[in-house]
Amino acid sequence: MSSATDSPAAAPVKAQTRYMEALNRGLADAMEEDERVVLIGIDVGAGGGIFTVTRGLHERFGPDRVIDTPISEMGYVGAAVGAAMTGLRPIVEIMFLDFIGVCLDPILNQASKLGYMTNGALKVPIVFRTQTGAGRSAGAQHSQSLEAMLAHVPGLKVVMPATVTDAHDLMLDAVRDPGPVVFIENRRLYAMRGELGVDPLPLGRARIAAPGDDVTVVTWGQSLRECLGAAEAASVSLEVIDLRSIVPLDMETVLRSAERTGRVLVVHEAVQDFGAGAEIAARVGHDLFDLLRTPVRRLGTPSVPMPFNPALERALLPGAHSIADAAAALVAEG
Amino acid sequence: MLLELYERMALIRAFETRVAELYRDGEIPGFVHTSLGQEAVAAGVCAALRDDDYLATTHRGHGHVLAKGADLDGMMAELFAKATGLCGGKGGSMHVADPAKGILGANAIVGASMPLATGAGLSSKRLGQDRVAVAFFGEGAVNQGTFHEALNLCAIWDLPVIFACENNIYAEFSDSRTMTRVPRVADRAVAYGVEASTIDGNDVEAVHAVTFDAAERCRAGDGPFLLEFETYRWHGHYEGDAQPYKPQDESATWRDADPLVVAGRRLTEAGDATSEQLEELRERAGARVESAVEAARAAPDPELEEAYAHVFGD
Ligand SMILES: Cc1ncc(C[n+]2csc(CCOP(=O)(O)OP(=O)(O)O)c2C)c(N)n1
Repeated sequence: MSSATDSPAAAPVKAQTRYMEALNRGLADAMEEDERVVLIGIDVGAGGGIFTVTRGLHERFGPDRVIDTPISEMGYVGAAVGAAMTGLRPIVEIMFLDFIGVCLDPILNQASKLGYMTNGALKVPIVFRTQTGAGRSAGAQHSQSLEAMLAHVPGLKVVMPATVTDAHDLMLDAVRDPGPVVFIENRRLYAMRGELGVDPLPLGRARIAAPGDDVTVVTWGQSLRECLGAAEAASVSLEVIDLRSIVPLDMETVLRSAERTGRVLVVHEAVQDFGAGAEIAARVGHDLFDLLRTPVRRLGTPSVPMPFNPALERALLPGAHSIADAAAALVAEG
Repeated sequence: MLLELYERMALIRAFETRVAELYRDGEIPGFVHTSLGQEAVAAGVCAALRDDDYLATTHRGHGHVLAKGADLDGMMAELFAKATGLCGGKGGSMHVADPAKGILGANAIVGASMPLATGAGLSSKRLGQDRVAVAFFGEGAVNQGTFHEALNLCAIWDLPVIFACENNIYAEFSDSRTMTRVPRVADRAVAYGVEASTIDGNDVEAVHAVTFDAAERCRAGDGPFLLEFETYRWHGHYEGDAQPYKPQDESATWRDADPLVVAGRRLTEAGDATSEQLEELRERAGARVESAVEAARAAPDPELEEAYAHVFGD
């Protein structure tokens, strides 16, 4: 499947970059740009990361800057926060987003609040790098999309790159950010090819990934590909917006599109209940109550742990067909 | 040296005594955990550190923060939640910090100081500095995973970090000795290949000497170290705690080991100070604290817009 930003004219000859390579380049560029940037995590060094995202960085930047840790998330994530407070700019890897359960304190009580509680005297420039992604039978403890939980904590930015360009550019933005950023990759996108440098936008701005007229589809992460697939397949015209970050949330782009279409569908892989889609629906409903032709609709995963069985898993995740159907239903409503 | 240590202890004693009263009288909001009786640990450890060494501490951190050199007026104003406080009134007793003095903050999460100090040690080493990081924690915190993970990380990375355990017997309302089969915290360091010792935490000279040695060896690359200081918490867990869980005569026994009395006796016996001089010194500390209280009372609350400032690291 091609990425959102492929333009047919530019595609053929150029060697295209994989999402994972773009991440690797982003990390390398960040380390090149600033001596204080260090990578910390399990097997990020000699092993090159279990998804090979950090491959080669250990050789290039040495073990002082690409630091392997024991399997000790609470300790090393906390240490990375301490290092960020004292002059380094760590990018700390939590291998699977699900593992955040064993090391939430340094993220939600330390990094997110120490700048605030000290009235800006302490700075915590840190990137928590992690990945998620259901759809590969990884089971309930390796498939969760927890961005809403993190976005709920004041002080954290939550970034979810869905394109090759963003994998690189948002990584650089995240490292340059003065505060803590949770950077959530999607492992189903790792092998996706696309071009670097297409339509670059700063962190915090949403992108119109596909223009359309009937329904504004708001999405992020891996779901973007499904939504683009839906846009091609649907009987109605979809305008697909890739949010790129949940915090900051670019409501302006969403509202501008929704004013035109009068219909909004929010699509995400995360569990629907209490999710980021609810926040977006509430804001659209509040700001555009009179302009909306139909109530905002959400399409996420039902509130069940992700089953191991591939057929069940597929059935639970929003896919191009269910998205296209939901969009068509919205248009039929009004 | 001992006289200087005495002076630091006297300031902490005066501060904590006054804070306990102010809290009782409803002048200080939030929770307050005083370190009365434990002054020797704060003074002894911090006097052995340089200004640019790092300190991460706990909910019971007033003494440590003061001893490390935080501005007294700023401290008091912070406890009063005023705009002139060290953290602009947004931190408070449990979160007071002063990065300019290497103070990374008191911390309301039990066990949180240790990974943070580990990171500070990592920064120091990676940036080619010779700054030492000290994590204060209570003996209750050694049952947290952070203690074990941080100790192990510091050990495998040879970091200049001192784990300073203030063993005051109680973790909230519980006798910590009932929470582990290993009564000596220092014994746990063996499991991580870390050198450790147990010290009389009411003997400020002993505390200072062992910390100074550990800090010098950290600078030479021999860290980390674990130092266990045996002391006693005079007051309740928080101000207002009536401590029904403490044995009747226990407090009295420990009052005999008052670190100020111990140090004072040593000073007078050696002829380095008269008891009048010591009293005068304590009075000066009291007056200094009182002027901080007055300044804090008179200071304004933070402006409402401050509630929205510095959320994202700006
Ligand atoms: C993670 C966490 N669990 C529980 C608490 C509640 N709590 C605050 S202080 C404390 C006892 C700490 O005892 P110790 O570490 O011995 O320190 P001390 O109070 O004796 O200085 C507890 C349980 C907390 N703040 N953080």
